[in-house]
Amino acid sequence: MSAAPPARGLSRRALLGIPLAAAAAAGAGFYALLRRMEAGHYDPHAVDNPLVGQAIPDFAPLPAQDPASIGFGSADLRAALHATGRPILVNFFASWCVPCRIEHPQLMAMTGAGIAIWGIAYKDQAADAAKLLGEEGNPYARLARDENGRVSIDWGLYGVPETFLIDRAGIIRGHWAGPLAPETVRDEVSPLLRKYA
Amino acid sequence: MIPELGHFALALAVVIAAAQAVLPLIGAARRDAALMASAPSLAFGQFLALALAFGALLWSSVVSDFSVYNIAENSQSLKPLLYKITGVWGDHEGSILLWCLILALCGAAVGAFGRALPAAVRARVIGVLGATSAGFVLFSLTVSNPFVRLWPPPWEGQGMNPLLEDPGLAFHPPILYAGYVGFSIPFAFALAALIEGRVDAAWGRWVRPWALAAWAFLTGGIALGSWWSYYVLGWGGYWFWDPVENASLLPWLAGTALVHSAIVVEKRDALKIWTVLLAIGTFSLSLCGTFLVRSGILNSVHAFANDPARGVFILVLLALVIGTALALFAWRAPRLLPTGIFAPLSREGALVLNNILLCSIAAVVFTGTTYPLFAQLLAGAQISVGAPFFNAAVLPLAIPLFVVMVIGPMLSWKRAALAPALIRLWWVALAALAVGVFATFHTAIFPALGFAASVWLILGAFVDIIARIRLFRLPLATSLARLGGIPLAAWGGAIAHAGMGITVAGIAGMAIAEHRIVAIAAGETVDLGGYRWTLEDLRDAPGPNYSARLADIRVTRDGRVIAVMSPGRRSYPLQRTTTTETAIRTNLLRDLYAVLGEERDGKAVLRLHVNYLAPWIWLGALVMAAGGGLSLADRRLRIGAPLRRAAAPVVAA
Repeated sequence: MSAAPPARGLSRRALLGIPLAAAAAAGAGFYALLRRMEAGHYDPHAVDNPLVGQAIPDFAPLPAQDPASIGFGSADLRAALHATGRPILVNFFASWCVPCRIEHPQLMAMTGAGIAIWGIAYKDQAADAAKLLGEEGNPYARLARDENGRVSIDWGLYGVPETFLIDRAGIIRGHWAGPLAPETVRDEVSPLLRKYA
Repeated sequence: MIPELGHFALALAVVIAAAQAVLPLIGAARRDAALMASAPSLAFGQFLALALAFGALLWSSVVSDFSVYNIAENSQSLKPLLYKITGVWGDHEGSILLWCLILALCGAAVGAFGRALPAAVRARVIGVLGATSAGFVLFSLTVSNPFVRLWPPPWEGQGMNPLLEDPGLAFHPPILYAGYVGFSIPFAFALAALIEGRVDAAWGRWVRPWALAAWAFLTGGIALGSWWSYYVLGWGGYWFWDPVENASLLPWLAGTALVHSAIVVEKRDALKIWTVLLAIGTFSLSLCGTFLVRSGILNSVHAFANDPARGVFILVLLALVIGTALALFAWRAPRLLPTGIFAPLSREGALVLNNILLCSIAAVVFTGTTYPLFAQLLAGAQISVGAPFFNAAVLPLAIPLFVVMVIGPMLSWKRAALAPALIRLWWVALAALAVGVFATFHTAIFPALGFAASVWLILGAFVDIIARIRLFRLPLATSLARLGGIPLAAWGGAIAHAGMGITVAGIAGMAIAEHRIVAIAAGETVDLGGYRWTLEDLRDAPGPNYSARLADIRVTRDGRVIAVMSPGRRSYPLQRTTTTETAIRTNLLRDLYAVLGEERDGKAVLRLHVNYLAPWIWLGALVMAAGGGLSLADRRLRIGAPLRRAAAPVVAA
């Protein structure tokens, strides 16, 4: 643990300059961000998902969540998109999440209108999620559970509920963080669904 | 008139702070006794001026002088007196003024308690504090002036954010700031040592009490903030890895490392460069924590003001303070030669490992907090890093830290053997293992690990004390008599470590908490955690400046009434906001926690929790802070600060 002897003065000096260099780099970064914020290019409160415009992340099949009998993985999702040729909404939810309940009627309405919604129960107890869907109705064509939340991390999940719109080529085209209000469905989700239908 | 007086006092404080920055430093450089002696008086003067300014703002708030813009924006004549007082620091301008006041208080404290310090050291420390102060008071005076007038004054103020109308949060900022700003003193000592070009055991002894005091305040402040988010936000959690929370955790981690590495400087005259860097780093992180968050650059639920113009001022200020300190470090630190040499397996070695682990956790938290920013900057991507990352990344570092926390104090200085220490800890390890194994039958692996760690920490903390009094080796009476002979610092360390154990138990308990969200009508019942929760009634209740909706819930167990609780929602018409009023009933072993959500079709959405051991989280933090305070009370630390001559033999050893 004894530090370098004075003979190695130069490297030692360089080492002790690292904190300054690191702080300077961080400072320059913060300055650039502040400038962008002033110019309106950067909004720290936006929750855009970086995956929009990209292919869905690969994930191994997740276990099924009742009342579904089989779960799904990215391969199943791609196969279904390919087979039907229509976009699919992937909705992350949890029974412990209050906004998810607010969103639920909208999901039911969309399913009623023939839109395919696939659900992923995020960090939820299987029994709780099943109970919720039993009581309030199940809007999901297929349903899987991501108990430890790993797949959700790959999706860049911000919180629940969160909804992704995936086109038939498996590209994420839309992303909504927070509950879908009826207006959001009408003004944003439906037009995008039509666009990629 | 009074606000103008405050404004004038604020301007005066800038001038005095500038003098405090310049005169003592020149005096120390020229060995001019008169200039050096001016340091304490200038520090007192600056403190008085800021106290006057703060008093003027307080007065304006108490008498509801809405011609002051800041008061009109954040206060209201109907507001209870307590919140008129505490509301002064509830907004950006007032909180910055409070921050400056505490910084001035630090300078005055060094002036008052640092009489035993060598004159040059004291002058330099106060000078550095003055220079820092000058910058931030200038910030308050120019960009963040709390005394700006509004004409014509409105009849009624805008009112305060109702979330902040809470006794817990009212006293949160002063305590948290005392922690943040308190680290300015070790920072100033570090710079003074760099200017002088020497750090020795005496330096460690001077720095440690200040660092310890700041650390205790920061611990308390963080705990209070976490408690507030637990019972006010009503989300059922206590720590959200929010940038503002992380911003307070970072200096805490660095400060914890500092408190420990300063021991090595004091006792063994080693780790000097590292400790100086930690002292600089801790205060730098405190500054970033207070100000960068305020600039609105980080996305947070707690964000105060989003004003990029202020942000640039703050950034320049931070660059000056931190940049100067680190430049001085790069230039002068190579002169600080290590003298104390020790084997890797020793008390020093354990403390180094503790430092490495604490700093690794800090690095992880820092990376997670700023990664979204830099991802945005470099790749243009918007990314959020949430709790799963932090939990997954911090846990693997926390476990070895807990192990070292107990073994380290068992090791002797300079060179130690591991086996005797481990032998003394066998029963602690056994107890921890037993609890862990027992817990795995009932819970998942991580809570079980947490309970085991908590037992290990709490019992392990007192093994050293048990050894010192030779319990069961000497007659019991003799052993107990020896208790009194144990230095308070040893008690403090043991208690602080045990406090960590208590907090860990609380965190593990929260991990096995049971919760349900239900929508039920009045008269219906739900079962959760062995309790039967009956929603008896939903009613309206008026308040002074809000109207409330309350749900009366009766909680019974085996037919016996355990608690009657009334969670509610308040809506504040003036601010057009609603807040949730969480109802919590605790018996210290578990919290019954109820939140009233929306109502629909005559049914109320209730979020019910049974949070096991939840109060232990904050109780443990209090115990930690108390341990720090107890260490401070140790005579050796208090009288401490001997002159250089007295410290010389230690250096030679």
